[in-house]
Amino acid sequence: MSTPFYVSPQQAMADRAEYARKGIARGRSLVVLQYADGIVFVGENPSRALHKFSEIYDRIGFAAAGKYNEYENLRIGGVRYADLRGYTYDRDDVTARGLANVYAQTLGTIFSSAAEKPYEVELVVAEVGETPEGDQIYRLPHDGSIVDEHGSVAVGGNAEQISSFLDQRHRDGMSLAEALKLAVQALSRDTNGSEREIPAERLEVAVLDRTRPQKRKFKRIVGRQLSRLLAADGATTEAESSEEEDGSEEE
Amino acid sequence: MDFLSEHQPEMLPGNRQLPPTQGVIEAPHGTTIVAVTFPGGVVLAGDRRATMGNIIAQRDIEKVFPADEYSAVGIAGTAGLAVEMVKLFQLELEHFEKVEGAQLSLEGKANRLSTMIRSNLGMAMQGLAVVPLFAGYDLDREKGRIFSYDVTGGRSEEHNFAATGSGSIFARGAMKKLFRDDLTEEQATTLVVQALYDAADDDSATGGPDVARRIYPIITVITEDGFRRVTEEESSGIARAVLQKRLEEPDGPKAALL
Repeated sequence: MSTPFYVSPQQAMADRAEYARKGIARGRSLVVLQYADGIVFVGENPSRALHKFSEIYDRIGFAAAGKYNEYENLRIGGVRYADLRGYTYDRDDVTARGLANVYAQTLGTIFSSAAEKPYEVELVVAEVGETPEGDQIYRLPHDGSIVDEHGSVAVGGNAEQISSFLDQRHRDGMSLAEALKLAVQALSRDTNGSEREIPAERLEVAVLDRTRPQKRKFKRIVGRQLSRLLAADGATTEAESSEEEDGSEEE
Repeated sequence: MDFLSEHQPEMLPGNRQLPPTQGVIEAPHGTTIVAVTFPGGVVLAGDRRATMGNIIAQRDIEKVFPADEYSAVGIAGTAGLAVEMVKLFQLELEHFEKVEGAQLSLEGKANRLSTMIRSNLGMAMQGLAVVPLFAGYDLDREKGRIFSYDVTGGRSEEHNFAATGSGSIFARGAMKKLFRDDLTEEQATTLVVQALYDAADDDSATGGPDVARRIYPIITVITEDGFRRVTEEESSGIARAVLQKRLEEPDGPKAALL
């Protein structure tokens, strides 16, 4: 019988982290930004059906970069957790903090369990508050740590570069059109600094809009509304877009 | 639901052990729910009374709930169980929508409710029945549809109008005489208030519009634009108009004899 090679725990962990990071880096990046009326999720996604963003509960949204089957698994787990909480207690008792904790536990356990391969995913859990001060954004890297973010956050392949770009330009109280433009700008920058065009059909955009009259604040922005927002410059289209949001019910 | 039954089965209404009882358990019961379709949608409405034997248990109970964006459910029968059933039903529709990324078909929703009623059969046989009325806008067929149920979970689609609960016989009679194919939304909401008035007129367990306490029927409208609950102001307007007419003609509008 052969003796297995000794691998120091530090080395083992470093290898696993490297593996997960590489997996995540293969995927496209996505960004989550605060704007005046809520939180906007923007990502490049050629598929119309396989979403990167999803509703978890009334005020909570979910975004993920990395391997689809793994984050889809986590997303469904999150929806179950939230729905079960809300049914057992009350809708108000489902919070992003609780959900982020569950995700952190799950990811952490998987990351450090030698029997499983680490998940190649990076998640963002966001909750929109009554006011911008009440907004919460948590970033959950592959190893199960939690980072409490403010303003803007980017995950995925090119995340570091994009977040430094966003940090410099993002400010509080941006309109949806402004935030969306900034996000698209950030996503269009390639690693080598050159810019490329991302057409509207390849964008996946969703918002948690605190002004929505319904309890469920999550809404996808698609089609004409998206192109109009992208074409818009500032305040004039804000009124129109909110009108549209009330009328058209998505999903 | 499947997840719930695996992880916390005691949370599901059908999974509880029933203690042996003698006689009928006294619990608040909801009474009359009516629904009527009109071109472009459906109206679902309910009175506000809950009774416990001969006592009025509650004057302002709410018995019509949105199930999701395009459907609503009105409940007659044991109030506590019915409210829980609706809560679970709402949860399930929302859960499905979030997990699958698409809504259940109206037919699918109606079938799901049917299963839930069936799981309550044990309770129903002890006198704690729940008999809802389900109405929704079918996005595929582009029209409002109504489904009625019996205690065993039997489901049947109703055309034009339907009623459930103790006052349903009277309400159905009223609707039969008042229904037209070409009702507007406004006429349809008036029609359901007329029907509820007639139900309250002849059934002691159904509450009429309570002008003194400002308690009026709950009226909901579901159209292509989704679920909408008629505001307090509007429903009081309709109820008062109906009441005003009834002061002259206590039996309500007369249908043509031939």
